[in-house]
Amino acid sequence: MQFNNTIPIYMQVINDIKREIIAGHLVPGEKLPSGRDLALKYQINPNTANRIYKELETEELCFTKRGLGTFVTENKEMVHMIKNEMAEKFLNEFIEGMKKLGFTSEEIIKLLKEKL
Amino acid sequence: MMLESKNIMKKYMMTTAIEDMSLTIESGMIYALLGPNGSGKTTFMKIAAGLTKPSKGSITYNGIPVGIQSKKEIAYMPTEPFFYSYMNVADVGKYYNDFFEDFDIERYNSLLERMELTPKLKTKTLSSGMAAKLKIAATLARDAKIYMLDEPLNGIDVIARDRIITTILENAKNDKAMIISSHLVDELEKIIDYAIFIKTGRVELVGNVEEIREARNQSIVEVYKTIYA
Repeated sequence: MQFNNTIPIYMQVINDIKREIIAGHLVPGEKLPSGRDLALKYQINPNTANRIYKELETEELCFTKRGLGTFVTENKEMVHMIKNEMAEKFLNEFIEGMKKLGFTSEEIIKLLKEKL
Repeated sequence: MMLESKNIMKKYMMTTAIEDMSLTIESGMIYALLGPNGSGKTTFMKIAAGLTKPSKGSITYNGIPVGIQSKKEIAYMPTEPFFYSYMNVADVGKYYNDFFEDFDIERYNSLLERMELTPKLKTKTLSSGMAAKLKIAATLARDAKIYMLDEPLNGIDVIARDRIITTILENAKNDKAMIISSHLVDELEKIIDYAIFIKTGRVELVGNVEEIREARNQSIVEVYKTIYA
């Protein structure tokens, strides 16, 4: 994965994992790589990898079974929620960008319709 | 495990390589030793490896001055190649195996394969990139407690660079510390816990990368530019 050095690494990996869950590449209840393997997969610091799992657990997107590892949440509602959350984020960024270019709401809608 | 330097200073005949450096290296962490050429990174590593003594100050490993005992647990990879020209790649492994109790010949062989180095290759025929990969394989085949790698990514193509980073990450464990010197900050940012910025023989800034980032609201590359520009 190509990292952007203006955003903390752990956030970029968290977003990547979220996208994988939303896209269905990671399914509810699926076992995730160990912290060490996650570090190798993304070529990141092992302590950062552990922190990523801690954050994902706090957000209830994954859970740890003692001695067995970390798993994707089985709560489909949660998956739905992060999907909406990320969509909202993209939309806001898009709207903000367009407004900065001087487009009005009506113009943005019109352009979007033409594009879609 | 801990490596601790207290107010070390190193003077050569005419020049002062290290003015005053106090650092604590703890196990389970990966450190980047950052700074332009001539800032004192290599001298610090040589002192920590027990290859040269500080003119002033002290350096200890687990409370004991760095020396014969610490060399058994500290693996140091210098910037210059350290093998004799008559050796082939396999000989380098044998040589290391004789020298270091913690050397793992199987790990060495698997690293050679990863780095695409054949055992029969003569070291004198190696390109600089191949020699760099051989140094990495020999150093990281040791089961040391501290690894000090001086410029491991210098002169290496992107594909080999990824393999070297993977190998470094495989070796980084809870009971081990890694110190990697580089002037390629952005290559290291994603794999390190701590950044140590060295400027003219002094520690200019040291801290956890995420904390530095948050406190200064700058990427590590930007911090580097602010410090050295």
